Amino acid sequence: MIRRSQSMDPARPVGNSVSRVMRTVIYALLPGSLLFIHFFGWGVAVNIALVMASAWLFEAVMLRIRGVASGPFLGDGSALLTGLLLALSLPPLVPWWIPVLGAFVAIVVAKQLYGGLGHNPFNPAMAAFAVLLIAFPRELSLWAAPQVLQSHALSLWEAVQFSLSGRLPGELVFDAISAATPLDKLRTDTGLGRSVADITQAAVFGHWAGRGSEWVSLAYLAGGLALVGLRIVSWHIPVSLLVTLVVAAGIGQWLDPQHAPGVLVHLLGGASMLGAFFIATDPVTAATTTRGKLIYGAGIGLLIYAIRTWGGYPDGVAFAVLLMGLAVPLLDRHALPRVFGARPAGDERAG
Amino acid sequence: MNRLWRFAGGLRLAGHKRESVMGGVRQLPTPKRVVLPLQQHVGAPAEPVVQVGQTVCKGELLARAESFVSAPVHASVSGTVVAIDNYAVPHPSGIAEPCVVIESDGEERWWPDLKTPSDPATQSAEKLRELIRAAGVVGLGGAVFPSAAKLGPPRPVDTLVINGVECEPYITCDDTLMRSRPDDVVRGSAVLRRIVAAQRCLIAVEDNKPEALARLRAVLATLAGELDVSGIEVVSVPTVFPTGGEKQLIKVLTGREVPVGGLPYEVGCVCLNVGTAAAVHDAVYTGRPLLSRLVTVTGPGVRHPDNFEVPLGTSVSDLLAAAGGVTTDAPELIMGGPMMGFSLPGEHLPITKASNCILVRTDSASKPAMPCIRCGSCASACPMQLLPQQLYWHARGREFDKLTRYHLNSCIECGCCNAVCPSHIPLVDYFRFAKSEIADQAYKRERANESRIRNQQRTERLEAARRAAEERKAKRKAGRKRAAEPAPDAAASAVREAS
Repeated sequence: MIRRSQSMDPARPVGNSVSRVMRTVIYALLPGSLLFIHFFGWGVAVNIALVMASAWLFEAVMLRIRGVASGPFLGDGSALLTGLLLALSLPPLVPWWIPVLGAFVAIVVAKQLYGGLGHNPFNPAMAAFAVLLIAFPRELSLWAAPQVLQSHALSLWEAVQFSLSGRLPGELVFDAISAATPLDKLRTDTGLGRSVADITQAAVFGHWAGRGSEWVSLAYLAGGLALVGLRIVSWHIPVSLLVTLVVAAGIGQWLDPQHAPGVLVHLLGGASMLGAFFIATDPVTAATTTRGKLIYGAGIGLLIYAIRTWGGYPDGVAFAVLLMGLAVPLLDRHALPRVFGARPAGDERAG
Repeated sequence: MNRLWRFAGGLRLAGHKRESVMGGVRQLPTPKRVVLPLQQHVGAPAEPVVQVGQTVCKGELLARAESFVSAPVHASVSGTVVAIDNYAVPHPSGIAEPCVVIESDGEERWWPDLKTPSDPATQSAEKLRELIRAAGVVGLGGAVFPSAAKLGPPRPVDTLVINGVECEPYITCDDTLMRSRPDDVVRGSAVLRRIVAAQRCLIAVEDNKPEALARLRAVLATLAGELDVSGIEVVSVPTVFPTGGEKQLIKVLTGREVPVGGLPYEVGCVCLNVGTAAAVHDAVYTGRPLLSRLVTVTGPGVRHPDNFEVPLGTSVSDLLAAAGGVTTDAPELIMGGPMMGFSLPGEHLPITKASNCILVRTDSASKPAMPCIRCGSCASACPMQLLPQQLYWHARGREFDKLTRYHLNSCIECGCCNAVCPSHIPLVDYFRFAKSEIADQAYKRERANESRIRNQQRTERLEAARRAAEERKAKRKAGRKRAAEPAPDAAASAVREAS
């Protein structure tokens, strides 16, 4: 339980700062982001730039309107991180107003209207994603295929043009460069009675779970492990989330090997890794006690599985995180640690 | 004894011990003037027994301890009492409290009434406790609880812990004491062990003080022929802040947890600081009261950091001058260490029994606090396994009942949460404030309750008096009636009563 040495100010030790935490998390997302761009094209880069820039601007405007000294807050990096997380959740090719509207919902509605940094009850990136998904299901479900499967890979300029005008170069039609995501395809095709083994033969599935996306997930995993190693993120939420997901998927597959996707598809095919290490671990909206974190993570893992398996959407990370966010005040009240010198846990509880 | 335990949380901090460990103790020249607060301890202030204008000798009693949890104050220099009045004392609030001020005559005349007691080995525990009490010995680790009051535990204890951990960065006065007077520490510990009748005595020192450990062990071996040191052991403990906290140290040494709101004797322990053990030695072997203490002067803002033997009541400014002065125009003076110390409003404040260190910082610019992001770093660093983030939330909302239920009173104010907070929130300041508010409320509630009870008693008293008066009246009336027409059997009942 002893924490490792921290870099300390000579007289008053200072271990960390909010901006350092946010920056480190952004760096940890870089490998995954770069691979995402690499596999899914420049559209991803355009999204990232649009969401991060507009998130930062909305933050600045809102701080001004609220009359808060903006200096330390604009420098804290939290709006940029929220923007990046939202951008990484969006399909690679969307019209420009999707990222901008998303940033608006995330920063203005979900964060600043609740009081800004530290006061938002729901994860801003996921709240915005959920709003977009419900309000614009068409834009949010058209996924560009991995570039290797596209007939024509868009250049950066062409991606910018698509974002601004919705036009693709020349005679190219969207269908030629889009494909269902692996989870989407599994959902639709198992609905048609096809077996998982059959469906996953498709090119979009890659080695284990999804062409390109599986590598992006592995990069998120690597970045997430680095955060755990640096003690920016505690292991409790990612581990309980992923273990629960694996157990649920394992049981599901054991019960119905024909139609239930395998454990690897659940781990690497959707947003599980991004969710486990970067979204569910958002400290502001997660449970704070050790027991609370374990329950919170497990709840998200279970909900992800449930939504993917029985819900109306192919993936369920955003809804799972938002739903468990509702349980956080309860967890903070009741999943309390044993205080030094208190009788064994269970006897003595604050409430 | 080889097994050690761990406590949850805690921090490994950069020690900054080397700056001030010069190996020896520097004597401070006799100060011109000392300001001796009447309350340098936890408990009731001492009652002055001298008058302004009176000449006093070094070691003479200035103020008497009138209650069980209190400690007397003695003259730390010889000279003349020039004032008994309120002066600023070192306290976070900068409060002024009653002090005795002595103008020194520079002669260092000892009080002739000081008697050298007979061999402590031949004296009863009761007598030893009385000597310690009369010498004004209090816990010199910083808590300044009157030591004698700790030495009569209501239940038998098996372990005496002598705390030489000194886990706070920068401070080296205990280290210096253990190096320069290890024999006094061991003798004092042996006396203390006899008083509390503990089977074993563990002298605990962090493993970053190998020289202190070696000297104590060597002295223990050489003293074995002279006094009963069986059961006394020098234990090296890992360097983790705050192992020097009483509850943490007891856990590390014995695996026992002092219950919430409880005291060490409840788990069979009594814990005292090494400085206290040395002061106990002085009291019972030489008869001298506690007149001075070791103080570390250190930090980036002082020219010659060192450890000084400082007469109590000496001004911090005299001490800084002896250390070569400060190196900056606007130094921040901290009494205590960087974790648990507090800022002094100025340097014209007296050194008291609680002052273990003067830390001089060159910059006082603390970083602006950001909102809490609920990261929980504070909770994982908390050695009491509290939830500082929740306490902070409720302290801001002044929800005192919730604070109590989240065990605010278990907070030892070690500062670990402050140190790790990425938002630079001064959590401990909030907790200190909330604690004092809660104490204040409880006090007010108690007062209100008392007056309510008093009022109720008064009403009852009045009511009873009224009823009694009425009864008397009724009786008188009845008596008159009876006298007027006597009952036929009155004579018979009179006979019955008589028999």
